[in-house]
Amino acid sequence: MLNNDPLENILYIDLSKRMFKVEKRRDLFEKYMGGAGVATALLHEECPEDCDPLGPDNPIIFAVGPLTALFPLASKTVAMFKSPLTGNLGESHCGGRSAVAIRMAGYGAIVIKGASSMPVYLSIASNQVYFRDASSLWGMGNFATGRIIRENETGAGLRAIMRIGRAGEKLVSYACVTSETFRHFGRLGLGAVFGSKKLKAIVVSGKSSLPVSDKKIYKKIYDEVYKAAVDSPVMKKYHDLGTAENIMPLNDFGGLPTRNLKEARFEGASGISGETFAEQYLGRRLACSHCPVGCIHIAALREPYEDEAYFYKTSMISYDYESIYSLGSMLGISSASDFLKLMDKVEALGMDSMSLGVILAWATEARERGLISEKETGGTKLEWGNVKEYMKVAGYIVSQPNDFYKALARGVEHAASIYGGENYALAFGGNEMPGYHTGPGTHLGAFIGARHSHLDNGGYGIDQKTLVNRKMKPEELIDILLEEERWRQVLSSLVVCFFARGIYSPELVTRLLGIAGFDLSTDDLQRIGREIHNEKYRFKIREGFAVDTLRLPERIFETPSPINWLNERYIKDALKYAHKTILKELDAEH
Amino acid sequence: MRLAVLETEKCIGCQSCMFACSRIHGEAGLSASCIGVRSIGGMERGFTVIVCKACEDPPCAKVCPTQALTSRKGGGIHFDADKCIGCGHCRDACIIGAVFWDDETNKPMICVHCGYCAGFCPHGVLGLQKREAEDAEQ
Repeated sequence: MLNNDPLENILYIDLSKRMFKVEKRRDLFEKYMGGAGVATALLHEECPEDCDPLGPDNPIIFAVGPLTALFPLASKTVAMFKSPLTGNLGESHCGGRSAVAIRMAGYGAIVIKGASSMPVYLSIASNQVYFRDASSLWGMGNFATGRIIRENETGAGLRAIMRIGRAGEKLVSYACVTSETFRHFGRLGLGAVFGSKKLKAIVVSGKSSLPVSDKKIYKKIYDEVYKAAVDSPVMKKYHDLGTAENIMPLNDFGGLPTRNLKEARFEGASGISGETFAEQYLGRRLACSHCPVGCIHIAALREPYEDEAYFYKTSMISYDYESIYSLGSMLGISSASDFLKLMDKVEALGMDSMSLGVILAWATEARERGLISEKETGGTKLEWGNVKEYMKVAGYIVSQPNDFYKALARGVEHAASIYGGENYALAFGGNEMPGYHTGPGTHLGAFIGARHSHLDNGGYGIDQKTLVNRKMKPEELIDILLEEERWRQVLSSLVVCFFARGIYSPELVTRLLGIAGFDLSTDDLQRIGREIHNEKYRFKIREGFAVDTLRLPERIFETPSPINWLNERYIKDALKYAHKTILKELDAEH
Repeated sequence: MRLAVLETEKCIGCQSCMFACSRIHGEAGLSASCIGVRSIGGMERGFTVIVCKACEDPPCAKVCPTQALTSRKGGGIHFDADKCIGCGHCRDACIIGAVFWDDETNKPMICVHCGYCAGFCPHGVLGLQKREAEDAEQ
């Protein structure tokens, strides 16, 4: 890396002592580049074994990469922490302005430890951290919190405001952190870790310049990347209808989880399709900093007040494929406006819409089957498609008036361990399932992915592109998934958006890294990806994870998927092989 | 030809123009950018795109005590960095906020209307316009 690159600066903040320091950690960035790699190394350094995810020892780590603010599409921030949902490796990625703001403030990573005795928010700029009293913000939702901090702080246009809603304050295990109103560190409960530290928000801003190895070549390569981004058909797809475009194809394919995956086709899919949202509700499209694609789709929902004529409320609500699946088809909701109302409520509370949808779906089926009754729900009716009641339940999960809602607030794995119905509690490694029932690729991908996310290795894509045409031995499928996940460690260490993975080929990455002063070959990249993946698994195993002890929700075998040879035997064989392979890999490194 | 904001409502807030402006000034990052793109009180309301308007009678030049800023024929400003003492009056005088500041040199960043940024706007929000055309529209 270049000598004067501020990427090497790591900002350490101690919330207990209200102190901060900056350390130069060139060693980490030279070894792992940034993002996921550096954050994993910091997690090993900072997170004590067996620590309580909601205790002061659990660190919050943010990391960006060498290409951030240098090239388009490298604008994700990687957050790393111990997850209160799974009790293991917590990793979540967020776009918006977060990564560029951290990089422009002059840092490559931020580590937050300790816990405050009173609510605070942090205001971070170059060489300065202010600990601000957030007592008056405590109890406020995501929207109001953002509005107040916006007005109290400088740096408009150059800042990110990452905050929690009430779900984070109440330690809901899948509470999210929201940045720029519509982007999230969505998965695995970073919001609860914020809440446990009485940390309501972080505002970070900056406007610096970055060194490059050769200004002339920099401009030339920049033009190449920019052109590829705006001309690529994949990127056009994300800009036009956005990720919601996938609703109809997945439904036609028979892979859209519906009503807690009792079915994989939704008769009401067209009501919540990308086309329906675009035609009837699309109000604005937005982009993350330094990304010309602009995949963020915001619906404008106009609702009349029931008690007075000619009064309307217009809400701007973001939608994406995953949230439409989890709060739509998974709950039998077939109306776009119903989905938007629920989504808006979930955004204000600050919860992961994916986890919440899966939990609500499990609870609805558990009630259908008589495992829970109105005694537990306190009179609320959990029934497919009943959005008003789902909105109430979302509120109760945050306010937690009884043991049932307290259990729901800890995730579907936990709730089912108390109330039963494990065979249809759709969590993989403790994390609620993503929106794909496409075949063995997606489920194995979620089982073995280091953060149990569909984006770890894109297994749903292998189902749709390859497995639909030919059967594959479990060993071959696992090898492909692991190989993909290793490469994605490189991308997420450069904090490149996975939507741009087609553009950021290994060859291009080496050239771009050259501009940032990293002399790495494509072989080096492969090696680094492998090392990072191993380091993640080393952490997971340290914290008690083992692939061969994963709970397999039987529902995935009961409901037919488009790949008709998906069965329990196959998945078990594959997991056995994955377990062996991962352990062998770790041994070989030492 | 002068830089103009042609259609603010089409701005998606990607800030590619801001990075382009820095690059044409020889810098990677944002410190040398003469463009400001920020939300209008939250992204849901859209963006304001701040660029130099190329005023016919520019307030920034009027308040400059050292004649570092002078009017250019046909609108816009010429900046002579050697004469600038970094007093910041120009920044205060520009009520649209188009005089940006370079904290490293403690001097203003003034748009030269080169139009490089417009080439990096994916939706035609920014473009170069002839003064006459602008006048005819008004």
